Amino acid sequence: MELYMSLAIGVLFTVGVYLILSKSLLRIILGTSFLTHGVHLLLLTMSQLKTGAAPLLGEKADSYVDPLPQALILTSIVISFGVTSFFFVLAYKAYQKLGTDDMEELRGKEDE
Amino acid sequence: MNNLLVMPLLIPLCTAVLLIFLKERIIIQRWISAISSLLNIAVSGLILYQVKTEGIQTLYMSGWVPPYGIVFVADMLAALLVLSTAIVGSFCLFYSFRSIDKERERHYYYPLFQFLLVGVSGSFLTGDIFNLFVCFEVMLISSYALIVLGGTRLQLRESLKYILINILSSALFVAAVAYLYGVTGALNMADLSVRVAEAGQGGVLNVIAILFMIVFALKAGLFLFFWLPGSYSAPPTAITAVFGALLTKVGLYALLRTFTLIFYHDQAVTHSWLGWMAGATMVLGAIGALAYKDIPRILNYNVIISVGFIAVGLVSANKDGFDGAAFYLIHDMIAKALLFILGGMIIAAAGTNKLQEMGGLIRRHPYIGWMFFVTALAVAGIPPLSGFAGKLMIVRGGIEAGQYVLVAISLASSFIVLYSLIRIFMAAFWGEERSVQSSNGDGVQLVTDKKQRAGSFSLLLPAAGLLAIVIFVGVGAEWIYSFVQVAGDTLINPSIYIDAVLKE
Repeated sequence: MELYMSLAIGVLFTVGVYLILSKSLLRIILGTSFLTHGVHLLLLTMSQLKTGAAPLLGEKADSYVDPLPQALILTSIVISFGVTSFFFVLAYKAYQKLGTDDMEELRGKEDE
Repeated sequence: MNNLLVMPLLIPLCTAVLLIFLKERIIIQRWISAISSLLNIAVSGLILYQVKTEGIQTLYMSGWVPPYGIVFVADMLAALLVLSTAIVGSFCLFYSFRSIDKERERHYYYPLFQFLLVGVSGSFLTGDIFNLFVCFEVMLISSYALIVLGGTRLQLRESLKYILINILSSALFVAAVAYLYGVTGALNMADLSVRVAEAGQGGVLNVIAILFMIVFALKAGLFLFFWLPGSYSAPPTAITAVFGALLTKVGLYALLRTFTLIFYHDQAVTHSWLGWMAGATMVLGAIGALAYKDIPRILNYNVIISVGFIAVGLVSANKDGFDGAAFYLIHDMIAKALLFILGGMIIAAAGTNKLQEMGGLIRRHPYIGWMFFVTALAVAGIPPLSGFAGKLMIVRGGIEAGQYVLVAISLASSFIVLYSLIRIFMAAFWGEERSVQSSNGDGVQLVTDKKQRAGSFSLLLPAAGLLAIVIFVGVGAEWIYSFVQVAGDTLINPSIYIDAVLKE
């Protein structure tokens, strides 16, 4: 199971990196989202995907899955959610003010 | 157990939350943030005193014993850096009272500033690797908002790149934590150190160490600094001063911590990489400092050079190197803040940031001129001033470790630092006096801050205060060394840290 997850994460990383290297700002933001998805799945996978009950003591199971990575992922999800929404609004403002979403044109003037 | 440890976070955090409700009342915002920053200095000083007298202080959050809960650890290095942060933060705050425009102040400038301090102090004090990530994010998200606050074209453009780079490095940080957790099953730094030592660092742990190196090098601007010169020239002076003084130092602290506490077993691999990166950083930073003819760029490349310089202390991995790195970190936080503040004043006084368009300022602004001169000497490491002792120890450590090439590069870089700063001094203060033409355009963001108030007393005062500290750190180096050498002991002997955290 870990092998398939690793392959999926690898695909997500590849897609993310490819999109981040593109010119359009929206594609770049999409790329960062793919990358963070990959990272969160990686956190889940690296704690080994053993079968067990959900980490609720009411389940009264013999074995539970590791609760720690789930907490880490939850933290990381909200952080990346906040950052992504900020990034989107920033891209919107930048498009309004600078009139382009092409990263090549955002390099700046020579006299700066 | 020492509840005082959480205060350097709690004070700015509560202040920031309080200030959000006082959006329109700028005067009250200023008073509250000033009082809280002074309180922060007092508390940080008290923590430093406790660490000095009673050894490493720890705080187990909610009483959960490590490795199960989050633990805050103040060893000597963290305590010194928290105090420096508090000092630099307050002086930059006092400087921004007069230099930041009303519109920025109304749009949550002071809350964001306090949140930045929360993140920086938290990164220094935490003893948990994922909590370090969270504190990094607190710091970075406030820095995103501060870098774009005001919304000029230059700021919008540069903040896009800054945010993209930091999202990438944060994603890599989480990936590195995931791998490390997968291998060791621990997140607490002291516990990680024990488990890495048991497993023997090799193979996959070396890969993880290098992943961490990449992450922190991106944050610190060690070799991977391509984002830094552009981003740091976008925001106004007071903000750039905080960034230049604190943000890269947090990355350096994280490098120091991880590579002295967790990944110190296979130095042939990790430290030789760090050595190459440090050398390349100094060379490339020196090239940048020589190449540009505008003040923000020159100062930004000086930040990069000093990052490489501190990394030399880490690479040497002996007592002198660590002592020097700790000393130089403290000096560099204070001196870089001062340098950026004075640079901003020069730009405001000259009405331009280009060296060839300014001149003769010494007649109108003698105080700025001589303060800048002394600061330049301090940054370059001229003996009675603060940069000297740290440089001396780092160089001595480098020679002991046999890193002759690195030592040669770092000594040469000191000359270039001196040359690049004295070039600013000569271009701005000597020669013919020129008429101030206020070239408006977003290229010269720093000018619009405070066109008319360049030489005013209230702006000079924070700079003079910082200069007094720089001179004090230099003259009282012997006294400060008594603190710094304790920090060096902990860095070279991680078992001191581990015993303090994991004791029953």
